[in-house]
Amino acid sequence: MPAQDIRELRIVGFLCNWCSYGGADTAGVGRFTQPTDLRIIRVPCSGRIDPLFIVRSLLNGADGVLVSGCHPRDCHYAEGNFYARRRLELLKRFLPVTGIDARRFEYTWVSASEGQRWQHVVTEFTHRIHELGPAPSFNPMSEVDWNALALQAAQGQGCPCHG
Amino acid sequence: MSQLDDLKSAIKDRLGELECVIGWEQGYDALHATPLFIRTEADLDRLVIGPLAVHNLATYLTAYKGKKIGVVVKGCDSRSVIELVNENLVNRDDIVVFGLCCDGVVSQPKIRAALPADPGFVESVTIGTDELKITVAGQTVTLKKSDVLADKCRVCQHPNAIIADVLIGTKQNPAGANSLACQEEFEAKSDAEKLAFWQETMSRCIRCYACRNACPMCVCRDYCIATSRDPLWLSQDNSPAENMMFQMVHVSHLAGRCTECGECERACPVDIPLMLLRRYMNKQVKDVFEHQAGTALDQTPPLFTFKVEEERIHERGW
Ligand code: SF4
Ligand code: SF4
Ligand code: SF4
Repeated sequence: MPAQDIRELRIVGFLCNWCSYGGADTAGVGRFTQPTDLRIIRVPCSGRIDPLFIVRSLLNGADGVLVSGCHPRDCHYAEGNFYARRRLELLKRFLPVTGIDARRFEYTWVSASEGQRWQHVVTEFTHRIHELGPAPSFNPMSEVDWNALALQAAQGQGCPCHG
Repeated sequence: MSQLDDLKSAIKDRLGELECVIGWEQGYDALHATPLFIRTEADLDRLVIGPLAVHNLATYLTAYKGKKIGVVVKGCDSRSVIELVNENLVNRDDIVVFGLCCDGVVSQPKIRAALPADPGFVESVTIGTDELKITVAGQTVTLKKSDVLADKCRVCQHPNAIIADVLIGTKQNPAGANSLACQEEFEAKSDAEKLAFWQETMSRCIRCYACRNACPMCVCRDYCIATSRDPLWLSQDNSPAENMMFQMVHVSHLAGRCTECGECERACPVDIPLMLLRRYMNKQVKDVFEHQAGTALDQTPPLFTFKVEEERIHERGW
């Protein structure tokens, strides 16, 4: 199913500068078709990724978060991805107790030459998120709140927070 | 001599060389203890121990860094001392540890729930081996200690201080059970049920940060990212998502360091069951890294290090 036929979801990707961002570039240069839901944030190293970046994204309404770095032993800074692997694995295992579906977060390794592998990872992950659908919000607005807001908007009052 | 007398005489022996010794005294009523900072022998008269002495006094240690100080610890509290030493946050040589053999502390919320009405001011409490007699307004209620025991004590694996310069009391046996029914029940719920639970529960959080301040391993004080404006990790918005975000900050900064002392949950004024999150994270840390914070000296917290080949992390195939 071509990705442009379905509504886009918000998927955030944290990619290391040296390997995975390069891999995504290689995929682009090779003109591999990819879904377009992923919004990429380039970071110097997967070791720069605080697991709280991922939590913040999920709590702020991302439908999925993908992290990709250099393969273990290939880190540009020698050991950043070794630390990252421990942190990301713990986060992945921790998510279930919060009620956030752990399938919405994934981490993997893609090197700069692996354009095809990048295409595969993005396509698979995007399909997974589409199957899960939009993420439920942590701040649910009740039916009553929505109705009050709709009424205000109809009266031309805008939303309550900005007057 | 009783355990308390033994403790008093042990403290008396060392008091001269120490800035102070931290213990407990009776608080605003007979049902509550509060930390006591012993500087003179006269202060020793106010010292209490036992099931009401709930506070983990290791929380105060970093504030005295560089000074010689004594601290009274239960088994669980001693894990925090070890973890602080392992992380170089305090100097082992500066601390005299008065370790207790402990047979459990109470949970105040459980006592509140067991009493017929809000007790208000409690005049007296008599502590027996298996029961507590609580007198309020001339009326005495007897509670079974096992009914009001704190959750952590039901599964306590280290009742005797692991690290101690003086160990006081008769050694106690670890609890038979090592997993709590409430934890298992919660974990068995679906994602949707858990999400709904935290949405409701976190809407009660008033972001007072008592959970953080009571935590012996939360040492950043004024540099906590929860209260930094730049970078702005958390907004002042008091919504379930922001409040949950704060808990995620706490849990992730404690990953592999949390000694499961339960102080965060005990300090929470709105009784949010924060330990559901801590215990779950600790279980993952144990599964992946075979690590339990504060159970032995010279351990390195698992996130401070790595292995090139991780035996228990299997990256998922794509
Ligand atoms: S957890 Fe163990 S050492 Fe700590 S108060 Fe309970 S019984 Fe005592
Ligand atoms: S997070 Fe809670 S249980 Fe863990 S060390 Fe801190 S106060 Fe104790
Ligand atoms: S102690 Fe309770 S109310 Fe206060 S910030 Fe922590 S969770 Fe929120």
